[in-house]
Amino acid sequence: MRYIEEFHDPELARRLLDEIRATVTRPWAMMEVCGGQTHSIIRHGIDQLLPEEVELIHGPGCPVCVTPLEMIDKALAIASRRNVVFCSFGDMLRVPGTDRDLFRVKGEGGDVRVVYSPLDALEIARREPDKEVVFFGIGFETTAPANAMTVHEARRLGIGNFSLLVSHVRVPPAVEAIMRAPECRVQAFLAAGHVCSVMGTAEYPELAERHRVPIVVTGFEPLDILEGVRRTVRQLERGEHRVENAYPRAVREAGNPAALRMIEEVFEVTDRAWRGIGTIPDSGWRLSDAFRAYDAEYRFDVGDVRTAESADCRSGEVLQGLIKPHECPSFGTACTPRTPLGATMVSSEGACAAYYLYRRLEVAPVG
Amino acid sequence: MADTDATGTTVDPANWSCPVPLRDHPVIVMGHGGGGALSGELTEHLFAAAYGNETLAALTDSAAVELGGARLAFSTDSYVVRPLFFPGGSIGDLAVNGTVNDLAMSGARAAYLSTAFILEEGVGLDVVGRVARAVGAAACAAGVTVATGDTKVVEAGHGDGVYVNTSGIGLIPQGVDIRPQRAAPGDVVIVSGPVGAHGVAVLSVREGLEFGSDVVSDTAPLGGLVAAMLEVTKDVHVLRDPTRGGLATSLCEIAAASGTGVVLTESAVPVPDSVAAACGFLGLDPLYVANEGRLVAFVPPEHADAVLAAMRAHPQGAGAAVIGTCVAEHPGMVVARTGLGGTRVVDLPLGEQLPRIC
Amino acid sequence: MCLAVPGRVVGIEDRDGTRMARVDFGGVVKDVCLAYVPDAEVGEYVIVHVGFALQRLDEESARASLELFEQLGLLEEEFGDAWARAEVEGAVPEQATEQEGVR
Repeated sequence: MRYIEEFHDPELARRLLDEIRATVTRPWAMMEVCGGQTHSIIRHGIDQLLPEEVELIHGPGCPVCVTPLEMIDKALAIASRRNVVFCSFGDMLRVPGTDRDLFRVKGEGGDVRVVYSPLDALEIARREPDKEVVFFGIGFETTAPANAMTVHEARRLGIGNFSLLVSHVRVPPAVEAIMRAPECRVQAFLAAGHVCSVMGTAEYPELAERHRVPIVVTGFEPLDILEGVRRTVRQLERGEHRVENAYPRAVREAGNPAALRMIEEVFEVTDRAWRGIGTIPDSGWRLSDAFRAYDAEYRFDVGDVRTAESADCRSGEVLQGLIKPHECPSFGTACTPRTPLGATMVSSEGACAAYYLYRRLEVAPVG
Repeated sequence: MADTDATGTTVDPANWSCPVPLRDHPVIVMGHGGGGALSGELTEHLFAAAYGNETLAALTDSAAVELGGARLAFSTDSYVVRPLFFPGGSIGDLAVNGTVNDLAMSGARAAYLSTAFILEEGVGLDVVGRVARAVGAAACAAGVTVATGDTKVVEAGHGDGVYVNTSGIGLIPQGVDIRPQRAAPGDVVIVSGPVGAHGVAVLSVREGLEFGSDVVSDTAPLGGLVAAMLEVTKDVHVLRDPTRGGLATSLCEIAAASGTGVVLTESAVPVPDSVAAACGFLGLDPLYVANEGRLVAFVPPEHADAVLAAMRAHPQGAGAAVIGTCVAEHPGMVVARTGLGGTRVVDLPLGEQLPRIC
Repeated sequence: MCLAVPGRVVGIEDRDGTRMARVDFGGVVKDVCLAYVPDAEVGEYVIVHVGFALQRLDEESARASLELFEQLGLLEEEFGDAWARAEVEGAVPEQATEQEGVR
């Protein structure tokens, strides 16, 4: 068992698809919360294989989309400083701030480095003690234990030239906010499996009960996604709204207790702005007082950044399934993958880009 | 911003705007050298526009030019790889094989190369010597003569140790007309071997990403393989070596240049297990990872079996496989059939592929 | 969010007081922090995100999932629409529901 190829089996996928087709009787709209799941769905063409009754709404579970503009601008300001080595996951280099992105800062002479793990950034700090090394600590609950441990290690090992620019977000408050929207069309959630590997499933029964939505903890390989959809459709058809774990090989009800203890020690819950959504109470983490000395926001004076967001993009509505991409006035005219207005048109798994590509495919003349 | 009231926050979709990517970079960014859409735009809109001639406008790996009655392939390429030495090769191997291969993609056997070294003040002579010896050995292996060269030195801090530029010329055989515009519906798409090894080998020793693996660069000269293919038929339509941007980028460029549709059978693309594994944990797609010793060929169906057999009989083509076909549908687009039987559109990457966590 | 990949622990060592593992992702080996899955042993699979093991992968659950997927087709072939109808109507044996619920 290698836990990857086994969950790509086309024959088992066909059985799951047959089962979904046999079960579904009417249209259902479900949201996969996590950008990693969206990636898998597009990558394997799963959206093209599902019966048309099943609509997958690509949710806001992608740090590229939701890291607030203010935090991007702070990152750009810090990365532009002399003597700073700014380390980041590759995802964030393309994310635009008010007037530029990290690629541009690098192009203008900033020392911006892509690393695989925050521990790699800590290692750079240890090797280059004369530099200030900052790691861009973005992401959801899955990434929080890694960033928490890194700060913890920095303090334990006395690596004083390391700091973390923290913009962590939490899934359950976002689910709550989405369900509270009056026009909300989401009837069920595929919860993010790896978030639950860390957090467990205890936060979800209350949400499922309050909003009467099925929540199915779902993995990331093709068969995992199909199993998540199958269980969700089954609950919806039966009128149920339970929490199910369709990813038991990696998710325990209690999550990872050691990781939760570390998060508890290093972070504290805070209100957090989500780009395009606005501030959601208690939806993020920041460093707790005991670790404030390692907070890049405090170490570098970046309180004066001024932000300005473009207002033409309606991808927020797209992300909630309130409108289809082509119902946006800019779709296909002002906004295309070559000249995108919003993040959903940028990467190939973005809802608008995917829709745009397939529309081109469907309407392409036979030449 | 959304309203916050006593009961908590609701999403106000009218105000949910999204990041606007900055495509109109006023400065050069790394993506301009990544082989993707930004590279293409720079070449097409800045350089080709400034130079204005039809030979350049063809935007092929090497130019086909007539001189004194002979048809020559002519190409140049600069090498800025970091680190200079990586599993399976060095900047010296790349500098020779890269240009030899660009010429081969016109059907030409490389005859003469130039090499230009741009050296950074302070770099060790032993390092330069190692690179030079690698150039010599690679040239010998490719059967090409280094006929002229140049050396410049820049101040410390103004270069990455060693940059190398090579240019090359070679004769294009009579009756051979290989260029991306010739891809046509019915053509069979063949790749000469497993993809992604070079890009993964270089990443495996890059600071901040290091990992242990047995993956070595696939850098190799392809002139001999191309000659073996042309012995079967001179009517090979397109050849491309999928370097930066990988196989997907080459296929997209060929589809766009020819106006044909390309259907790619994803499960047929050979990807070494360890390349797939590295791409898995870095979040990369092997279809977009660089190769330095592979080619993709578009061959008319009547010759496909014989060309494939000739490729497999050659050491550089032992792992050759049919990976797709050209179709009249979706002109200019590449569509992949996924392992599950689904479809996805394969698009040109914007710039360089970066490890992702999302 | 959340690209996390299964890999097999091939070596464990203490580095500066932190439990670290060499993890094999199918021919590619990477250093991974094992602090959150401290009882993982050599030979076991863990799921890794940005250099940290987040959970041990449970082989029994994985096999149970795959077996369930295989049975889907068989059950349909054996019991046809009747079984599917019964399931939709909620007449599934209590056991089956339990088995697939939250663990």
